[in-house]
Amino acid sequence: MAAAIRVDALTKQFGTLPVLRGVSCEVQPSEVVCVIGPSGSGKSTLLRCLNGLEEATSGRVTALSVPVHDPATDLDALRAEIGMVFQRFNLFPHRTVLQNLILAPVAVRGLAPAEARERAEALLDKVGVLDKRDAWPNQLSGGQQQRVAIARALAMQPKVMLFDEPTSSLDPEMVGEVLAVMQALADEGMTMVVVTHEMGFARRVADRVLFLDEGLLVEEGAPDELFDCPREARTRRFLSKVL
Amino acid sequence: MEPEPILWFGWFRADIIAEYAPLFWQGLRMTIGVTVIGITFGALLGLLVGMARLANARHAPARHLTRFLLRWPATVYVSFFRGTPLFVQIMLMHFAVVPLLMNPADGLIVSGELARTLRQDYGALLSGVLALTLNAGAYISEVFRAGIQSIDRGQVEAARSLGLSYRRTMYHVVLPQAFRRMLPPLGNNAIALLKDSSLVSAVGLSELAYAARTVAGAYSRYWEPYLTIAMMYWILTLALAYAVRRLEHRYGRGDTR
Repeated sequence: MAAAIRVDALTKQFGTLPVLRGVSCEVQPSEVVCVIGPSGSGKSTLLRCLNGLEEATSGRVTALSVPVHDPATDLDALRAEIGMVFQRFNLFPHRTVLQNLILAPVAVRGLAPAEARERAEALLDKVGVLDKRDAWPNQLSGGQQQRVAIARALAMQPKVMLFDEPTSSLDPEMVGEVLAVMQALADEGMTMVVVTHEMGFARRVADRVLFLDEGLLVEEGAPDELFDCPREARTRRFLSKVL
Repeated sequence: MEPEPILWFGWFRADIIAEYAPLFWQGLRMTIGVTVIGITFGALLGLLVGMARLANARHAPARHLTRFLLRWPATVYVSFFRGTPLFVQIMLMHFAVVPLLMNPADGLIVSGELARTLRQDYGALLSGVLALTLNAGAYISEVFRAGIQSIDRGQVEAARSLGLSYRRTMYHVVLPQAFRRMLPPLGNNAIALLKDSSLVSAVGLSELAYAARTVAGAYSRYWEPYLTIAMMYWILTLALAYAVRRLEHRYGRGDTR
């Protein structure tokens, strides 16, 4: 089976600052991969390169068998298949919760509004915020907003989901509800790449964990291996700080 | 036989205003008309120019084309119309640009008899509206640019990552949010345009200021005509400001920042 995502010798520089210095990795279909590492290690940049939100300086990214950074690629069509969830939720504040979910399926997929609405309500029910369907985003708690953001991405029926530190701007008591939704999604077999600081979640849910430091993929492995007996000194140092 | 002067408060010759009421009325309609046209087309132009100034592309050669064919011309246009007096722009338009574009001998767009009649009947209106629209477009483009840039990058990223194209992102996500923030400055621009339209009287367009000048010339009295149009402008700007506030209220929901 072809990899869902394949990254070859990816580098990324912001001006003269190297952020990624040759990263290669793969994500298999239905696999849950968590990316951990200190802040500034390039994990968010790596994730944003996967759906072309960032240009690559060199190297190749192939997502769903499509070369992401090829000028000939229809990025809009590719992104419709790759859901993304952001640290700051990024709900559309001028649209109600339901309207947030309906926009892309109708505008991009050409779904009939009634059908999009039905699908949206089912998803809101699934993430536990159906009662907020007519609320404005600013009337929701952070946890509710992030669950709506997940539902919004799922409304496009993506083949892959990318999560960029989805719980990092949440109050502690709301982290659990968002992680629960993500765990349920993983259990259904969704292909997921999750940049996270939630080591407990990574250990419990991930099939594989990547540890990034200073723009390099230092170590990767099953969560038990990587957390319990890391091979690299840098991994050990990082884990000793966060665990 | 001179009609008996009507005096208000012992000094205000109301009979002069009454006598010239049709002229003021016509001037009022012209002022409103010119302002509405200027704002409408200025806003359209401003939107296009504002987006042109933000245009960019990922890859060559589109990247260079956007710079040389969109960003630079738009920047020069905005800089010129914001950096020179509107009065001078009106003069240029009326006595230089429009005669170049349409004249009986060798107009670039219109020539012959049609050019003569157009210039005679609508010359001032045409050049006045053109100058006001171009001027308003330059200012409004800056409002659009600032409005669009004020929207959090995350909004664009969220929309694009859902598969929305640049145009759909603009239409569904960025512009609706930017519009709400642009309303107050757009209102200010509309009010400025309304007042600045008085400058067009210099080329003989019969709007409010022109009416006042005519009356002042006929009677050598200045308080009455200019106070009258001052009041009319004031009422118009108050009404505009009120309308903008209502709009802000109506579109205010859901904005967080």
